[in-house]
Amino acid sequence: MNKSSRKVMSFTGGIHPVSEGKKLTDTHAVHTAPLLERYTVLVQQNAGKAPDVVVKPGDKVLKYQLLAKASGFVSADLHSPTSGEIAGIVEVPGPMGVPALALDIRSDGEDRACEIFAPIPEWRSAEPQVLLQRVADAGLVGMGGASFPTRVKLSIPPGKKVDTLILNGAECEPYLSADHRLMLESPCRVLEGAAIIGHLLGIQNIYVGIEINKHDAIAELERFSEDYGIRIVPLQVQYPQGSEKQLINAIVNRAVPPGGLPADVGCVVQNVGTAAAVSDAVTLGIPLVERIVTVTGKVLKDPGNWKLRIGTPVIKAIEFCGGITAEPSKLILGGPMMGFAQNSYEVPVSKNTSGILLFSRRRALNYSSGSCIRCGRCVQGCPMGLCTCLLATAIEGGRYDLAEQNHVMDCLECGSCAYVCPAHRPLVQTLRLAKAEIRRQRAAAKANGGK
Amino acid sequence: MSTLWIAAIVMGVLALVLGTAIGIFVKFFKVDRDPRIELVLELLPGANCGGCGRAGCADFAKAVVAGEVQPFRCPVSSREQVNAIAFALGVDPGDGFARRAVVCCSGDNRQTQMRKFYNGTIDCAAASMIGGGPKGCRYGCIGMGNCAHACPFGAIEVINSLAVVHQEICVGCGKCVDACPRGVIKLVPAQSEAHVYCNSPEKGAVKRSLCHGGCIGCGKCEKAFPAKFKKTGFLARVDYEAEELPTAEDVAQIKCPTGALATETRHYEAEKVSSRGGNK
Repeated sequence: MNKSSRKVMSFTGGIHPVSEGKKLTDTHAVHTAPLLERYTVLVQQNAGKAPDVVVKPGDKVLKYQLLAKASGFVSADLHSPTSGEIAGIVEVPGPMGVPALALDIRSDGEDRACEIFAPIPEWRSAEPQVLLQRVADAGLVGMGGASFPTRVKLSIPPGKKVDTLILNGAECEPYLSADHRLMLESPCRVLEGAAIIGHLLGIQNIYVGIEINKHDAIAELERFSEDYGIRIVPLQVQYPQGSEKQLINAIVNRAVPPGGLPADVGCVVQNVGTAAAVSDAVTLGIPLVERIVTVTGKVLKDPGNWKLRIGTPVIKAIEFCGGITAEPSKLILGGPMMGFAQNSYEVPVSKNTSGILLFSRRRALNYSSGSCIRCGRCVQGCPMGLCTCLLATAIEGGRYDLAEQNHVMDCLECGSCAYVCPAHRPLVQTLRLAKAEIRRQRAAAKANGGK
Repeated sequence: MSTLWIAAIVMGVLALVLGTAIGIFVKFFKVDRDPRIELVLELLPGANCGGCGRAGCADFAKAVVAGEVQPFRCPVSSREQVNAIAFALGVDPGDGFARRAVVCCSGDNRQTQMRKFYNGTIDCAAASMIGGGPKGCRYGCIGMGNCAHACPFGAIEVINSLAVVHQEICVGCGKCVDACPRGVIKLVPAQSEAHVYCNSPEKGAVKRSLCHGGCIGCGKCEKAFPAKFKKTGFLARVDYEAEELPTAEDVAQIKCPTGALATETRHYEAEKVSSRGGNK
C-alpha cells in the first residue's frame, strides 16, 4: 500500500489552533542538561496519593536511589536524579500554584549511579507480573501530563478484557515538540516500550497514533515498526487529538461510555514518553528521573528541547536556553491549552512537565470576557459534544444539578471551547468549578450515606 | 315576562344545589390548619433566609408552633420580635446570643500583594482553584464577592477586593459562611465590638511580606487583656467564649501595630475612605 495515500484518521469536534509554535523547537535536537548544584524534587509527582519519603535530611544518596515509596495503589515511587546529600525537606512553589513539599538535594558533582534493578533484556520470555512490578518500582507515571501512575493503568480491573494498546504520539498541543523529538531520535525505545507493554498485557494489536505534521517521525517509526509488529496510524492535525477518548475514537472507532475508562472498550492508551521510560526501566533497569522538556517561547534566546532531570528549577531551564530577550508576561508548565500558569520561576520540573512556555505580552492576551452571544462555536469545538455555553450559563446561575444532568463531568478540560469563544468567556474555568463542586457534593452524599 | 321568571327559578335552584354541595364539602373535606402558624408567620421577618436551618419562615413558624424549636432560633428577629412571638404562643422565648458575620481579613488590594493578573471567572471558588487565588495570602478574602451574592440582606459589600460586613444590616444568618470557599467569615457574638481581622496561621515575617494588615502575632493584645484574647501560633483571636468581650476602648488602648485588631466601624470606615481615594 502506498503509505502517503493512507486514510488519515480523526474524531469529531475539536479545533485547529495556530500551529506556528511548533516550528520554534521541532528541528532542534534534544540537548542533555548539565549537572546542577541543587535539585528540588517534588515529593508528589503523581496523581493520587503522595509517596512516603524514605530519606532523612543529611542522608547521602546516589543517583537512582529510592527517595519516596508509593503509599498506596494510586501512588508512585520517586528516585534521586543525582548523587549528593539531602539538605532538607523544603516548601517550594508547586506546579499548581500552591506551595508543595520537595526534597532539597545538593549534588556532590560526581553523579554516581547505584544499580537498583537488574536489566531484563529477555523481556519477551519474562512473566507479565515481573514486568508490572518493574514498572511500579521504576516510579513510572503517565508522561503526557496527567501523571497517573502507569502501574495502575496497566493493572486491568478483573472482568475487563483489553485487546488494543494505543500509543499516543499525537502531541496535539501547540508549541510542544518533546514527543516529536523523542520519536525521531529514539524510535526503537518507543517501539520497544510499546512491545513490552503489549507483552505485559497480552495484547497483539498495537497502534501508534501520530499527527501528520510530524511526517518525519511517522517515517522514522515506520522503518522499525514491522520488526515489532506495531502499526503506525497517521492522524489529522486537530486538537485534542491526543486525548485518550478522542484517540480511541479516531484509531479503533470505539466510544468510551460517559464516566468510563478506556478499559471498558478494551483499550489501553499510553504516551510515547511513557513507553520510552518503560523500555528504559525494563531493558536498562533505570528508573524515571529525567525527561524531555520543550523549553520554548519567542522571548527565549534559544528555545529547544532539553533532557532535564526531575527537580530542575524552571529558571535553570531558561538559563540553559540562553536566557530571555524580553520580559515574559506568562509562564506555563505543560502545553498552552491544558498547562498551568505559574507565578514563580522556582517551580521544579516534575515527571509530567512536557513543556516550559514563556509567553510575551502580545501572546498572553489580556482580554476581558463578555456575555455569551450564542454563536455555538464552543459546541462545535467540544470533542465530547457538550453544550458548553449552556452549561456555563447554568453554572453561573448556580444550577449545578442542571450541569450535572447535561454531562458536565464528561468535560476533559481541553480548552477548545474557551479557545474559540469570541466573547473570551472563561468556559473551562467555569466548568472546572462545577466539576469540583459536584465532586464535593458526591463525596458529601457518600459520607452521609455511609453513616 | 315568563323568561324572567324562568331565569330566576333556574338561578335559585342552582344556588340551592351548589350551596348545599359547598356545605357538604366544607364539612367533610376541611383541612385542619393551625391559625397560630399564620400568626407566627406574620410576626417573623419573612426574608426566607434559612438562617434558622429551616426551609424558610413558614417552615420555621410550623416548627415553633409544634414546639420543636424556640422562637429565639430566628437569627433575624430582634429581641422584641422574639418576645412577641413567644408571648403570642405562650411559650418560653429561649435565650441565645445574637450573632454577626465578620470577614476575618484586612487584606484589601492596598494591604496585600497581588501575585498575578487574574481575568477569569469572577467567583471566589473558581479563583481559589487556580493556584490559590490572585492574592498573595492563601488564607484571606479573595474579594470576588461570593458572600455578597449569597447574603439575602445585602449586608456585605466588596470594597477594594475585600468583603466588608455592614454590622447594622447583618442578622447573622450564616449564609455567607457557607458561601466562602476560604472559611474567612466567622459568626461571632454581636456584642463584641472588636475583632482580629486576619485568618492566616503563617509566620509573622511571611505574613508581613504578603500583607501589611495581617496579625503578626506580637501578642500585645493578649498581654494587655489575657482574658479577652488568645494567641495561637502567630495569630491572635478574640476569645468569644469569654465572659467579657473586647470593647472599642480596649482597641484604642492596645494600639495594634498592624491594625489587624480593629472595631467593625473603624474597619469599615477605613475601607470606605480608601475606596473613595482609589476612585480618583
